[in-house]
Amino acid sequence: MAEHLLEVKDLYTYFKTRKGVVRAVDNVSFTVEKGETLAVIGESGCGKSSLAKSIIRLLPRNVHTYKGEIYLENEDLMKIEENKMNEVRWAKISMVSQAAQNSLNPVIKVGQQVAEPLIIHEGIDKKTALERARKTLSMVGIPEAFAERYPFELSGGMKQRAIIAMALITDPDLIILDEPTSALDVLTQASIMNMLKTIKKKTGKTFMFITHDIAVSSELADKVAVMYAGQIVELASAEEFYNKPLHPYSIKLMASVPTLRTDKKLEFIPGAPPSLIDPPKGCRFAERCPWKFEECRNEPPLFLVDNRSFVKCWLYESKGRS
Amino acid sequence: MSEQILLSVRELCKYFELRKGLFAKAGYVKAVDGVSFDLKKGDAVSLVGESGSGKTTLGKTILRLYEPTKGTIIFDGRDITNLGSRQLLEYRRETGLVQQDPYGALPPFMTIRRVLEEPLVIHKIPKAERIKRIYSVLEEVRLTPVEDFIGKYPHMLSGGQQQRLVIARAMILNPKLIVADEPVSMLDASVRIEILTLLKELQKKHGLSVIYITHDLSTTRYFSEWIYIMYAGKIVEKAPTKVLLKNPLHQYSQALLNIIPDPDAENRFKIKDVPPGEPPSLVNPPEGCRFHPRCTYFKDGVCNKKDPEEIEAEKDHFVRCWLYG
Repeated sequence: MAEHLLEVKDLYTYFKTRKGVVRAVDNVSFTVEKGETLAVIGESGCGKSSLAKSIIRLLPRNVHTYKGEIYLENEDLMKIEENKMNEVRWAKISMVSQAAQNSLNPVIKVGQQVAEPLIIHEGIDKKTALERARKTLSMVGIPEAFAERYPFELSGGMKQRAIIAMALITDPDLIILDEPTSALDVLTQASIMNMLKTIKKKTGKTFMFITHDIAVSSELADKVAVMYAGQIVELASAEEFYNKPLHPYSIKLMASVPTLRTDKKLEFIPGAPPSLIDPPKGCRFAERCPWKFEECRNEPPLFLVDNRSFVKCWLYESKGRS
Repeated sequence: MSEQILLSVRELCKYFELRKGLFAKAGYVKAVDGVSFDLKKGDAVSLVGESGSGKTTLGKTILRLYEPTKGTIIFDGRDITNLGSRQLLEYRRETGLVQQDPYGALPPFMTIRRVLEEPLVIHKIPKAERIKRIYSVLEEVRLTPVEDFIGKYPHMLSGGQQQRLVIARAMILNPKLIVADEPVSMLDASVRIEILTLLKELQKKHGLSVIYITHDLSTTRYFSEWIYIMYAGKIVEKAPTKVLLKNPLHQYSQALLNIIPDPDAENRFKIKDVPPGEPPSLVNPPEGCRFHPRCTYFKDGVCNKKDPEEIEAEKDHFVRCWLYG
């Protein structure tokens, strides 16, 4: 009996816009095991951030459809009412969103802000909470004394660390990192990645790491989900994926990543992703796919290939059945 | 001809004044502080550094979008350091800028045709020729069929197409030098290579010199002949691309190179060496070598006393570090 920490089944999140209904997350299913890091990779507009927001249920008002099942340790989050959901956020799932370093309150000391989730969500008294904030800050590489500082006295990297501390302080089961370092410089990014690796190893926390950067995703991922046009097109272990991506989109995307240490001819993917308002009926990548054939007019299911990876592509139909 | 030098920069400085209140000077931000290099005709050089290293300021000062504080810029044999506004207009004709954020760089209320016509009008190109040029430049950046695109507004284009329009605008006066300031960092991975390949193609075809400003070392090997590494307002290392990527000498360059991941499942088990601390303030940079507070080879009494000169450690490979002096 496999215990999944997180299990998402047939998740749909659509948004109403003036131009029509945008199918940001369109029938997505996956699992994350305890202590595992799932990287969700995709280009802008593929629905990866909407997926994250759907899990923690921080959706904008223009939601059109929001359905499916989201189990966190066998509890269906979809069945929880909105006012109860506040207890799940922070306590069970926390999230670091993109460019979050700018969301710190400029007039409150960093330590207090980091302690806040404890005070509000767990009713811990201020003194104990501040004490724990200092500990958590030092865990993410910020000297304890900095708890007394204001956000403007911290560099961008430090602020991002403080935000990560805030996401860790309530000891949640799942931490969603949505592009946690993409607004930062490369060296800062590397040292934050170092810190996250250390925390992952020390605490065995479960992360969902959302990024557009394949190279950076490999810094943390145990498992990789590739999203394209609102759907997961490949789900594989890090070893499988980085060595040999299977879905045509993953293959082409990998071929477009410049590498520093090996010579390779770079490619790009001609064309653009389809509109999510009126996506094509069959495979959504078919239009840009060099290997497309008859069958691609129908939507492929996720085939289990060699009992290891899931690939949403007809090319793997025969292999998938074996 | 390829050996001809197009741009020669000597001891270039750009300081921004800080004021306290209305009158009192509080000091200077020394964004670019003593930069020298030569750029040959038809060559591309990557200017690599982190935010705040002064790479954008250097690019803009070379284009004379900023007034240089000190030093000289020789372009095609002419000193353009202190040009008047008439001559400056002429200089603008020979240079082009490709900005980082294509949408921000394009006026939202102008059609593609007007975006491209504007520089032609300013530079008094006769009307009959304008439309010819617009067509040919749009074909070059492959915004085709031109008829479909010419009446569109920037917001109707995808990110990659917007960036191609920005490139077209930079190219339309047939410049000799293009400064491309992080031209692909806002774009998606699959589009990035497309834009870089296009820039490279145009560079080869027109014998352009390109200064490619970037924080991402991994794209440089596909684009430029040279890499200059900038740190805290100075170029700390200069070398041909392949040499620098294989054998970086300055510890800062080594760190930059070392931390860039190639996609590999092993990465998640490796902790990388990252120099401690952060780049210094440019108002009060550290005495001596500006990297010394973060450097593991730090030698007291040397590195914190005197700024190292540029040393040619091997042929064509220059570094500012006392280890090699």
